[in-house]
Amino acid sequence: MRVLVSFIAVLLLVVIAYAGVEAANLRFLFGVIIPYAAFIIFVGGMIVRVLKWGSSPVPFRIPTTCGQEKSLPWIKQDKLENPSGLLGVIGRMALEVLFFRSLFRNLKTQLSDGPRLAYGEAKWLWLAGMAFHWSFLIVLIRHLRFFTEKVLVPIQMIEGLDSFLQVGAPLLYLTDLVLLAAVFYLFLRRIGIPQMRYLSLINDYFPLFLIFGIALTGVLMRYFTKTDIVSVKVLAMGLVSFKPAIPEGIGVLFYIHLFLLSALLAYFPMSKLVHLGGVFLSPTRNLANNNRMKRHVNPWNYPVHVHTYQEYEDDFREKMKGAGIPVEKE
Amino acid sequence: MAKFPKPEELSNIDFAPPRKGWMDLPVEFKPGMFCHGSKPKSLEAVGFPNPRDWKPADADWKLPENWKEIIIEGIAERLRKYRSFRLFMDICVRCGACADKCHFFIGTGDPKNMPVLRAELIRSVYRKEFTTAGKILGKMAGARELTLDVLKEWWYYFYQCTECRRCSVFCPYGIDQAEITIIGRELLNLLGLNIEWIAGPVANCYMKGNHLGLEPHTIVGNLEYMLDDIETITGKRIKPTFNRKGAEILFVTPSGDLFADPGTYTAMGYMMLFEELGLDYTWSTYASEGGNFGFFTSNEMAKRLNAKLYAEAKRLGVKYIIGGECGHMWRVIHQYMDTWQGPADFLEVPKSPITGTVFENARSTKMIHIAEFTADLIKNNKLKLDAKRNDHLKVTWHDSCNTARGMGILEEPRYILRNVVNNFFEMPEDTIREKTFCCGSGSGLNASEDTDLRMKGGLPRANAVKFVHDRHGVNMLANICAIDRATLPPLMDYWVPGVKVAGLHELVANALVMKGEKERTTDLRGEPLPGLEQKEEKAS
Ligand code: SF4
Ligand code: SF4
Repeated sequence: MRVLVSFIAVLLLVVIAYAGVEAANLRFLFGVIIPYAAFIIFVGGMIVRVLKWGSSPVPFRIPTTCGQEKSLPWIKQDKLENPSGLLGVIGRMALEVLFFRSLFRNLKTQLSDGPRLAYGEAKWLWLAGMAFHWSFLIVLIRHLRFFTEKVLVPIQMIEGLDSFLQVGAPLLYLTDLVLLAAVFYLFLRRIGIPQMRYLSLINDYFPLFLIFGIALTGVLMRYFTKTDIVSVKVLAMGLVSFKPAIPEGIGVLFYIHLFLLSALLAYFPMSKLVHLGGVFLSPTRNLANNNRMKRHVNPWNYPVHVHTYQEYEDDFREKMKGAGIPVEKE
Repeated sequence: MAKFPKPEELSNIDFAPPRKGWMDLPVEFKPGMFCHGSKPKSLEAVGFPNPRDWKPADADWKLPENWKEIIIEGIAERLRKYRSFRLFMDICVRCGACADKCHFFIGTGDPKNMPVLRAELIRSVYRKEFTTAGKILGKMAGARELTLDVLKEWWYYFYQCTECRRCSVFCPYGIDQAEITIIGRELLNLLGLNIEWIAGPVANCYMKGNHLGLEPHTIVGNLEYMLDDIETITGKRIKPTFNRKGAEILFVTPSGDLFADPGTYTAMGYMMLFEELGLDYTWSTYASEGGNFGFFTSNEMAKRLNAKLYAEAKRLGVKYIIGGECGHMWRVIHQYMDTWQGPADFLEVPKSPITGTVFENARSTKMIHIAEFTADLIKNNKLKLDAKRNDHLKVTWHDSCNTARGMGILEEPRYILRNVVNNFFEMPEDTIREKTFCCGSGSGLNASEDTDLRMKGGLPRANAVKFVHDRHGVNMLANICAIDRATLPPLMDYWVPGVKVAGLHELVANALVMKGEKERTTDLRGEPLPGLEQKEEKAS
């Protein structure tokens, strides 16, 4: 059900783009206005989101410690898993953001008769996650070639590396394959594992289908329908130089690709995809575990009612004296 | 207890999720899986809202008319106050990495015990009330209305989470269900929906200084019993002091250590160690609780209970504080106390009077963990230890959730342990240190009416003990947590009979050779020392 709804939603987007361009000939709308609007929503939405997060303070320093703390000098501290200073935190965050350190820890818990619990390696999720995010990033970077007059050298290098297999014409980019495969795996995992299926929402399937659709239309254009790249570049350059123009000769597939991407951009700030920004802000990861060394200040700390010693002594004075415990007031 | 299922039955766990989606599946209150509701007098003692008699399984929870408003406003307030909460509501991708990391999910198979779904229980309401997509698209966007059924579901599942943070270790964004549970329970407390096992100790701790409600003379009396035992075992009479002004150090430990075994053996251990060092320290009957059940209630309540530590240190004029063995107590002291009550500028940076070591890691909070203190003593050769006295024990080490994942005190206790016992075996790697499993009864769930829950949640811990029990004959589970000392013994009796539970300083004191002591024939529990069984028999 949730899978179907998400699938139909993405299909609908495809149909809208197709109908809009082929039947209604709204090329300017789909080629210029919607992409601009989506981009504005994306940037604006993300800024609002981050500002919102930022507007809530971090009242307590609550890192989740995953290794030995800094204590006595002769005890070896785990500086990355339990950092006590800025460098360590940067290291920890870099590992998290670039290599998904915590996901790498993943285990699979299995119960067998006895009872006996066993914990097996479970690196597939990590691998798929890495493959997905990294290939997505590389594909994005490769697309920058459409936005500069001359293709920049670093981008050429990335393209060269990505197509090192030297097969096909045009040359096959490895990341295209990896991206599709990873998204497919993440989808299979969601519907294949009963628990995953149980907890997954439309919010989870929809972006998967959307990204799959974007990647698929891209692949179709590059390898199969051979879209007129020169025209696409003219359109892209027009967009970034704020002199939008719709050149002739761009197939509908391109507009579908662009529309799905626009949908993704617009959807991004109001979805779970904001983890892109959120991962940097997580207080269980981005704080040093130096709590007892350096006082952390809570901006909304307020005085509270306490039961004072005097009140306590008033309650128990006689009993205290009886037990030989010193008191303040005889 | 008569009808309590056998281990074979309890470990027959069904992991197949129900057919019906979780949003539409109302909570079912299964006997043995939840605690009694809070009593009015416990809430009144600390001025908490909606004190009344109520039963969780009843249909009518006797809530105020505007309960929904209170909760929604409560969420709004906490979104403003906690970046963690706001962020954790937004960024979960439901990757499921945390799912099978929770001992309650492993032990029950109930999908709502997967940390991710536990969070979704509240996240779905957040979407409905606080996000545009949720308001418009409703269920399509994973949003749902806050109804009485939803509230009951929160209650059931937020009191089936021990705030152990194991899920947080595995989450790619560090989403910490403990943090969400803490806030969820705080919301429930706005309506007087606590459990008595927490509310009672909170009231006790507020009025009498400790969870157990031990009055000053009882504390002295309980320690006297222990001192008698110490005298029998070592021939030495120790005379600790109470509420003594001008002592160098204030010592604070969870009150569980003063009350029942095996915690009392740990308390004997502390006193023997301090006696041997000639430490200038005092107990306090006012600050007679290191633990903090307020932490399982609300941030404010935790702060109210915690305040007496610094207050008493100041009143007595001590230089710094040493804290005993306790898990959540140390999470609170390490990550919260200084922020709440500091700066502690009336205290000095802790410096061991025996070794001269300055504890730079406690430079601001001015409170050190006794394991840090003792490890330093051993490293500097200040203790005479005879580990052979623990040779009747094959020991394994349980890292408590809070000290492992909210602090990182992993090596100090192991270092001590290696010096005081000869037989030490680690449990499997994925069940210790930062990946340690909860005892299944933390965060105030160590009542008796929820024994099913506790035995189920404790299965992963117990199972790892069983592994070393079967392989190496381990018969002692050591730890630095008072709740562990209370909850692991029944857990072991149930899943791994033959394994006993001890605090670290009990084992230290067993090995500690004290000046002028008589030849010991028994350990602190009065059990004959290895090699001396025969002597005893001959004698008798
Ligand atoms: S591991 Fe983190 S992101 Fe993944 S489902 Fe659990 S809480 Fe969500
Ligand atoms: S904090 Fe512990 S008990 Fe709570 S959901 Fe996470 S793993 Fe489970």
